[in-house]
Amino acid sequence: MKVREGARQTMAWLHGWAGLLLGWVLYVMCLAGSLAVFRPEIGEWMRPETRDHAPAPQAVAAAVGWLQRHADAPAWFLYAPGSRTNVVEAVWFHGLSYTLRALDPVTGVPAMRQTRGGEFFYRLHFELQLPYPWGRLLACLAAAMMLLALITGVIAHRRIFRDFFTFRPGRSQRAWLDAHNALGVFALPFHIMITFTGLVTLFSLAMPWGVRALYGHDSATMFQELIPGAISRPPAGRPGTLAPIAPMIAEAERRFGGGNVGLVSVLNPKDAESLVLVYQADDGGIATSPEAVSFDGTTGRVLADYRETRPVVKAYDVAYGLHMARFADPVMRWLYFVSGLMLTAGIATGLILWIVKRRERAPLALGNRLVERLNIGMIAGAPVAFAAYFWANRLLPLGLADRAAAEVATLYWTWAAMLIAAIALKPRLGWPILLAAGGAAWTMLPLVDIAVRGAATPVLAGGDVTMMAAGVLFAVAAWRAARKHA
Amino acid sequence: MSGKRRGWRYRGNIAGRAAAAALGGYAIAALFAAAAARLLPLPRVEAVLPGTMLAFFVLPGVVIWTFLARSMVRAWTGVVIVAGLLTAAIWFAGPPA
Repeated sequence: MKVREGARQTMAWLHGWAGLLLGWVLYVMCLAGSLAVFRPEIGEWMRPETRDHAPAPQAVAAAVGWLQRHADAPAWFLYAPGSRTNVVEAVWFHGLSYTLRALDPVTGVPAMRQTRGGEFFYRLHFELQLPYPWGRLLACLAAAMMLLALITGVIAHRRIFRDFFTFRPGRSQRAWLDAHNALGVFALPFHIMITFTGLVTLFSLAMPWGVRALYGHDSATMFQELIPGAISRPPAGRPGTLAPIAPMIAEAERRFGGGNVGLVSVLNPKDAESLVLVYQADDGGIATSPEAVSFDGTTGRVLADYRETRPVVKAYDVAYGLHMARFADPVMRWLYFVSGLMLTAGIATGLILWIVKRRERAPLALGNRLVERLNIGMIAGAPVAFAAYFWANRLLPLGLADRAAAEVATLYWTWAAMLIAAIALKPRLGWPILLAAGGAAWTMLPLVDIAVRGAATPVLAGGDVTMMAAGVLFAVAAWRAARKHA
Repeated sequence: MSGKRRGWRYRGNIAGRAAAAALGGYAIAALFAAAAARLLPLPRVEAVLPGTMLAFFVLPGVVIWTFLARSMVRAWTGVVIVAGLLTAAIWFAGPPA
């Protein structure tokens, strides 16, 4: 690449600021997003007592039976069980807030161990625990900065292929830079793809102006035309009885021709004008929502069957599907996970580099001293907090009121404690202590799990091994951080 | 951008370019999405999607350009001209029938 030397420096400068300004937000987004790749598996790990299995039609019918008695809402959204999950995940809204319950596929009753499971990381990834729409807008802004940082990083780079094979370990700034470059370059196509497609999933918030130019303020009509299978109708205002839902699911399965059932929405569930929409699962191909069949709720009659064929919309569905990764087989899923962690580590090394570079030049100014300590609280502290979420899952009593919320609260209190420790401690103590906390929390978690959970399943054992590996990595990092300053 | 003297002139220059990058970059990306939606001869939702998706790359493109431009004034001039052209395109295409 031929770029003027001054221009290259400008790009390096822009790369640094674009990465720093929302660097911690990006770090949390990437870490949570990487975990969200295993959303169903995390759910299974966190609900070890719920082991029943049932085919999708029967499981959804059992779930609807329970919802009819316990969930008064204008709509129910049910995620049917499949090859990766045995429970029915049911969501219903009260205004902008919602309730999520994992329902037993045989009895329809909520799982004994109430938890938000992998859904927590999925939501944290793009909503950042902030109210709608602010969390999503912040995620959009951070993603736009990420894309800018990736592009400027590539232009600033002198020798992209040589750096790929360059690693000079040691104490210096060069070692951090080499690690940062390798993490960025090795999975660069993935980093650009995942950042771009992430923005695409939130296009109606991030870039609504094309919609505005053709639809004015009527974005509901745009969504209707984007997903024509998602029909709706107003309630009649008269009570009605939902026909048995299992035959509807079975009929949809037949029409999908071997494809699995994904989302089932029941609109106006207790009204005479009730509606059942059955969407094909996203696991048959890259593109999302390939087909939807709708049923009249009270009669069970098929109203419409929509299969997506428009090339432009297919392209959008592929971009969306590439981000969600629900098409991925286990090998591809692990590649997503590892690539996501590489991006996370790339952001972490970038944030560390910001400080290392400035520390080698001159004593740090107050602002950068704060950045240095917050780096510790976020980079080393967030993984400790995430571990606390799983600890709470295993140790909080089963009958506890608002148990799922208590798990999440444990995570945030732990995170707050980590941030306070990071700010209070000298960085040469803060790094090894917080990393060691991560090492202890993750390596001991599988032991607690084995004591509590009963017989292993492949997912439970796989989760334990992964947690143990993460713990060992943190322990090694803690040891190295301690030795460096000894 | 790596000037050794970090005086007010330098800070003003950076602030001016950052404003051109953020405001101008997003405005141009938004106008690009709107213009593409108006100009593409496709059914409505299909006309919206391509420009909207490409706009996510227009944004960093403009941001980079505002920092590479020879001066802050040139950066702003460029942003205003491109935004003006896109606005004209939207205006000429008119609202959907």
